[in-house]
Amino acid sequence: MAKTDHAGRPIVVVTGMGITTSLGAGREDNWRKLSAGESGIREITRISTEGLKTRIAGTIDFIPIEQHSSPELSEWLAKMAAEEAIAQSNIGSRGDFPGPLFIAVAPVEIEWEQREELVRASAATGDLSYADLMRAGETGEFGHIYERFLFGSIAANIAERFGTKGSPISLSTACASGASAIQLGVEAIRRGETDSALCIGTDASVNAESLIRFSLLSALSTSNDQPQRASRPFSKDRDGFVMAEGAGALVLERFEAAQARGAKILGVLEGCGEMADSFHRTRSSPDGKPSIGCMRNALNDAGLSPEDIDYINAHGTSTPENDKNEYLSVSAVFGERAKGIPISANKSMIGHTISAAGAIESVISLLTLEHQRIPPTINYDVPDPAIPLDVVPNKARDGRVTHVISNSFGFGGQNVSLVMSREPR
Amino acid sequence: MADAREVWITGVGLLTCLGDSVDAHWQRLHEPSSADTTSFAPYVLHRAVTVDFDRQIPKKGDQRQMETWQRIGVYAAGLALESAGMKGNTELLSKTDMIVAAGGGERDGKVDISILDGLRSANDRGAYLNQRLMSDLRPTLFLAQLSNLMAGNISIVHGVTGSSRTFMGEESAGVDAMRIAHARIMAGQSDIALVGGACNAERFELILYYVVAKALTHDKHTRVWERAAQGGGMELGTIAAFLMLEERRHAVNRGAKPFARLARIDSHQAKRAPGAVKTVLDGMWSGLAGRVKPENAAFISGATGLEPITSEERAFLASHADLAVRATGTHLGHALEPQFPANIALAAMALQRGQLYWPCDSSGVERPMNAPLRQVVVTSIGHRRGEGMALVEAIE
Repeated sequence: MAKTDHAGRPIVVVTGMGITTSLGAGREDNWRKLSAGESGIREITRISTEGLKTRIAGTIDFIPIEQHSSPELSEWLAKMAAEEAIAQSNIGSRGDFPGPLFIAVAPVEIEWEQREELVRASAATGDLSYADLMRAGETGEFGHIYERFLFGSIAANIAERFGTKGSPISLSTACASGASAIQLGVEAIRRGETDSALCIGTDASVNAESLIRFSLLSALSTSNDQPQRASRPFSKDRDGFVMAEGAGALVLERFEAAQARGAKILGVLEGCGEMADSFHRTRSSPDGKPSIGCMRNALNDAGLSPEDIDYINAHGTSTPENDKNEYLSVSAVFGERAKGIPISANKSMIGHTISAAGAIESVISLLTLEHQRIPPTINYDVPDPAIPLDVVPNKARDGRVTHVISNSFGFGGQNVSLVMSREPR
Repeated sequence: MADAREVWITGVGLLTCLGDSVDAHWQRLHEPSSADTTSFAPYVLHRAVTVDFDRQIPKKGDQRQMETWQRIGVYAAGLALESAGMKGNTELLSKTDMIVAAGGGERDGKVDISILDGLRSANDRGAYLNQRLMSDLRPTLFLAQLSNLMAGNISIVHGVTGSSRTFMGEESAGVDAMRIAHARIMAGQSDIALVGGACNAERFELILYYVVAKALTHDKHTRVWERAAQGGGMELGTIAAFLMLEERRHAVNRGAKPFARLARIDSHQAKRAPGAVKTVLDGMWSGLAGRVKPENAAFISGATGLEPITSEERAFLASHADLAVRATGTHLGHALEPQFPANIALAAMALQRGQLYWPCDSSGVERPMNAPLRQVVVTSIGHRRGEGMALVEAIE
């Protein structure tokens, strides 16, 4: 078997996977529920939803956290996913992962609870001003807030826990972040810098302000009465995405190095593609050029042609615009074949895990390859005639899957596609 | 080797308290340093000069969609593209990669304070918070805050669309953005990349972090190496800095004029334990493998002024006393993500002129350098983490 790919670069394989979503913790639980077409979307109980337009999300409530905040839960989720991935890979030794860390995280900022903590400590009685918060801060009793809400803290803590090497990289490419983390790992191995990389996407952003911000952009589903039916990608009655939490982790390795240590090969990261969109801050270019170019770049990078792809893991957010644009781009890339290739949206079941989505959906793509079974797009009851695709409606389906392309398209013109297969060619 | 790949710096864009052109920076670095001690008193800030954003962001609509941190970043990115002779070159821009080092953007401070005020007496905290956020948050504010939307705006305004990645994590983000862009070009994964970042320090919600961390000096401007005597501390600064990194042949083929060569970059994350910073600096220095010729070399240090890490860096510098030293925090203040890119930009500027600018220090660390400047070693010791070292060389 070849050690290098079509371009003479080291082949990059996956030897460990971890996943936590609103469906549950771990590969087994997630795969069982994904193939059963279950939904992890539920009513939000963590915060008051009074007055909110959207009162549902794919929250993760099964982890007991003392001081709840988005970065705190994000770090927990990342830790769980990484632990599972490293255990499966059996690489290095405990607390001594032999390669670098690339981690996709949501932007971080002090939350309302911490601001209120400072207000209380200030003992201000009259009209409030920033000077009151500063005065409380000057006491030096709130160092924990600073530590927790630095952008680099999650990565630093994960790097320390697992003993990854070098400076850990935290990144954001909005909804494509998880895929970018994997791409950075693939590139590092191809450059010969390392034999392995730990790539993670994590997100735990369900709080009042995040929900409201997305609401104000009219991006969220408001189908509050039937949470499990709210995320319905490619359906005619889709009405927005559903925010969700989760993490996905991959251990990537140079194929030869993985073989040499007798590691089980779970899949191959064959190609990565990206292309930025300069059309608009939240909307994709109507001609689809950037997302088309992104998929083609990924196929070229993998040394494959569109004919080689037999399953598309869609970005499929369930927003009216995204799903239509994704259809247009997929039709442009795959031509007549587009209607016949199964394409399904994991987000119909787990919601949109934003910064984690690219990593979670890569794990699911690899599980699809492993099980030769395609997870469905659930809630597909009213097909959109403008999107004539085989979305694997409502029920998982057995099928021969050799090469998968997984799409991630995000705000700020971010597009990343990854191509994966089961075994090295 | 004549055909070996090299990374050249072919464009520089800087916006700081010293100005918005390379020449202005060169001139002002020969003058005494200063800072604003009144606007955010008792905290000392290095505030950016006022610029006409129309020069780089022609559409008012685009300017309105951004907050200051994005505007200054997009502005500096435009300066870098202009400096590299690429402005409006659609074909080249569509192949140009981009790595941006960013934190988050401005909040609406008035709204925050008003909501906090109301929360003190609200009967139903959750319902009150929801209702106020629903009515007071501007829909566009989210996009003006999101970390990756500085890159997004650079794509929209300047047409850079080869790729777009945003690194976060304070100083580490700037160091690793430069390192990864450099490594990708050296390995043939990229030929040209726009790299940099911006941080607007002139806002209370950002200053608050460093107040809470007890990291800031008070009341009067003090030069970096002179702060140890008072226990150390940072002066924050607003910086936007972008560089065009380009493979040598790519630059030669299109007739681009280089500022300098980015020969090597290393990054690290040192624990904040006694001696750890010095050990990491020693390690990164040994990676330069005798390539530095001390008689024509200098350090440009990103020291924050915080203790004990600044003293540890000082000990490292003392063990290479044959190289002149400049700490940019004295003039520019400390701006987290863009500090390292800005310092590489200043190194490139000095190397292009073949000389180092004047010292600004009475503690004995900085001294004049009269020999021609051919190499600069740029250091980063992040205020909490984010270590890096770059070697920038004159192209002769």
